[in-house]
Amino acid sequence: MKYFVKKFIALIITLLVISLLTFTAFSVIPGDAAISKLGVEASPEAIAKLQAEYGLDKPLPVRYANWLGDALHGDFGQSYRYDRMTVAQLLGSRLPVTILLAVMSFIIIVVIAVPLGMLSARFSGKWLDVLINQVTQITMAIPSFFLGIILTYIFGLVLKVFKTGGFVSMEQDLGACIRYLILPAVAVSLPKIAMVVKYLRNSVLSEIDKDYVRTAYSKGNSESQVLYGHVLRNALIPVITFVAMVVAEILAGSLVIEQVFSIPGMGRLLITSISTRDYPVVQAAVLYITSVVVVINFLVDVLYQLADPRVRTA
Amino acid sequence: MKKVSKVLLGVTVLMLSAALCACGGGKKNESSETANSSSTETTHEGFIFGMTQEVTSVDPHMDTDAATRGVLFNVFEGLVKATPEGDVKPAVASEYTVSDDATVYTFTVRDGITFHDGNAVTPEDIKYSLERSAEIDGESSALSAISDIAIPDDKTVVLTLSAPDSEFIYNLTIAILEQANDANQGTAPVGTGPFAIKELKEGQYLDLVKYDGYWDAAALGDYIPSARFKFISDAQTAFMELKGGSIDALQYLTSDQINTLGDEYNVVEATMMLVHGLFLNNQYEPLQDARVRQALNYAIDRDQINEMMFGGKSQLIQTHGYPTITAWYNADTESTYTHDVDKAKELLAEAGYEGGFDLEITVPSSYTQHVQTAEIIADQFSQIGVNVTLNQVEWSSWLEDVYRGRNYQATVIGFDISSLSPATWYKRYYSTSSNDMTNFSNADYDAAYEAALATIDHEEKHSLYGQMQQILAEQGASVFIEDPADFIAINSKYTGYTTYPVSAIDLSLVKVAQ
Repeated sequence: MKYFVKKFIALIITLLVISLLTFTAFSVIPGDAAISKLGVEASPEAIAKLQAEYGLDKPLPVRYANWLGDALHGDFGQSYRYDRMTVAQLLGSRLPVTILLAVMSFIIIVVIAVPLGMLSARFSGKWLDVLINQVTQITMAIPSFFLGIILTYIFGLVLKVFKTGGFVSMEQDLGACIRYLILPAVAVSLPKIAMVVKYLRNSVLSEIDKDYVRTAYSKGNSESQVLYGHVLRNALIPVITFVAMVVAEILAGSLVIEQVFSIPGMGRLLITSISTRDYPVVQAAVLYITSVVVVINFLVDVLYQLADPRVRTA
Repeated sequence: MKKVSKVLLGVTVLMLSAALCACGGGKKNESSETANSSSTETTHEGFIFGMTQEVTSVDPHMDTDAATRGVLFNVFEGLVKATPEGDVKPAVASEYTVSDDATVYTFTVRDGITFHDGNAVTPEDIKYSLERSAEIDGESSALSAISDIAIPDDKTVVLTLSAPDSEFIYNLTIAILEQANDANQGTAPVGTGPFAIKELKEGQYLDLVKYDGYWDAAALGDYIPSARFKFISDAQTAFMELKGGSIDALQYLTSDQINTLGDEYNVVEATMMLVHGLFLNNQYEPLQDARVRQALNYAIDRDQINEMMFGGKSQLIQTHGYPTITAWYNADTESTYTHDVDKAKELLAEAGYEGGFDLEITVPSSYTQHVQTAEIIADQFSQIGVNVTLNQVEWSSWLEDVYRGRNYQATVIGFDISSLSPATWYKRYYSTSSNDMTNFSNADYDAAYEAALATIDHEEKHSLYGQMQQILAEQGASVFIEDPADFIAINSKYTGYTTYPVSAIDLSLVKVAQ
């Protein structure tokens, strides 16, 4: 229990520090929300009026205190860029898409990478291992945006099994939405699969010479019993860390993939908000990403303990 | 220890099996999509226009960017509205008269004209709309010239100006909104245009639906019943979507892209209505000397830029002007400079910059067109010893530092035509003007500008604006390059798309091809 409280306090402190940093960063870089919104034709008076409306004429500490007070009540304010949307509404509309994409990518990664990694380790040095090694090497080298373009070209324009840019929202048709997200999820996953395979293979190979493996064999277990029953669990620990990082990365919004496939997710929202100086949205989005990373790290700690009880004492 | 290992094993197995199921399901879905995609093609849902810039607000009095103005042209109308020829015609008003001294404008509200909610347009709505827009724009609003708005009867609105202005009619394309809807202008405004707003999904699309009670419906005939403006921020992705059939029309294509399109697309060639050029800060030391600015005008090879960027289809210019609007354009300025490196070097030497000088060109990085143009310019200027460094900045920074702060040496940018009134274009070079971004200051120019504003004689106005364009060219106020070619591709399932000299994507002219 004490452990949870400690972690929770750490989360709160991290969020406070991050929000303050984001706030300061935005007051240092050039560019003004009101000017950015009103464009070149705007009169100086109109700009001044809008700045006052946004509270941008107040000093930084006052603005931060105001923002923090509202945020503590769960009110993240109004988007500057989109007149009709609150920050909560905007994030609410984008988050599910990103989460769905992350879940799909995660499933693809685990399902493909774990068996491949095990195979590769089991036949290490044999032709299968070499083949897997070569293929993963290639997929690792392809940037996912390029992969995305190639996939849309092949499946969208040549084979016509996929409607380029035909994103369907979840509320409209969940099935169609999932179908649309398959290609993007593949584009996100492929390079990561390669890395997980390599991680797992090396991790398994480093376990395989240990004493407990010999003991397991001597007890009459078959090779697959030993590998899946004993080695995999120990070998997974470093892999869990890596996969968790990948999940955090996708949850933060895979900007490039979202751009290439026209998916209205978090990554695209964050980038447009930054370039249009939509501070309230950026603040909330950054806090979200921070929370994701911290929470996932926390979950990884818990998973470690499940996999290896010795960690608990540490 | 044992227990934990069993739990973990269980979790892993569960995860793997769930994943396998999902994967199997995914495969099945993929094959069913093959069947689906062919069916969606036959059940067409309506015309989809791809936009690389987003519409962020539906309040027509707030709109500031060309993209939003272009889209909302379908929804809102002013007392008058722009025509494809670059003039204005009566819209909400059925007719108007201007007093001889150009101070009193009298409008008759069109008979039977209604807002999208079915309510009739009243003179009070017009008064309300003009006042609302003026208040939002503040003192520098063009509408602040109105000293009085009178409503003598329920069909007439009389505008009195504080000073004569024969161009004032061009400012009255400002949207007429319904006063009763005051609380919702930012969220659900209603206009009088050929289409009503159905839904704006921020960052994704804006859906329009045909307004059956449109006053000009009979003249327009059977135009498309609904349309979607879809926002795709990446131009390359947008082009893929055009080819894949997800969108029916896309603008700002390059000549290379046009060449890869097949017969299933019609290509409309127009100009972007943009004064594109290298704008010079006339306060930056070497550029204070007109001879240096002229040298840059001689050093630049406009043809090469046109060839490399637009396949040679752009309209080259040497002054701040829009060649397609022949009513005001001074074509004589086009022969002011030729591409002449020796002449440029000579002028530089005369001005005391024999060895050239350093020039930093600031460009907004998100606009490839500007960045690429700047790169070509850098190369061309190196021939006369002007050593160019490119400074790519974010659009927000450009607006604040370059446009507002005038803290730059030179910048590549384009000025779109936001109004049909030439006074608004040429105010940009008037010495004391708040938007004189280039710090250009010339007594003859200022005098001509003041005279042009004061006169109500069209001939005289024309000649004064002509003189001003001549001064801008001769003084080398900036290096004006071209009004870039614009290619718009439209799926040949549709016909009738027509371009305007102002930002307007008029869908009421689009019809389903027979």
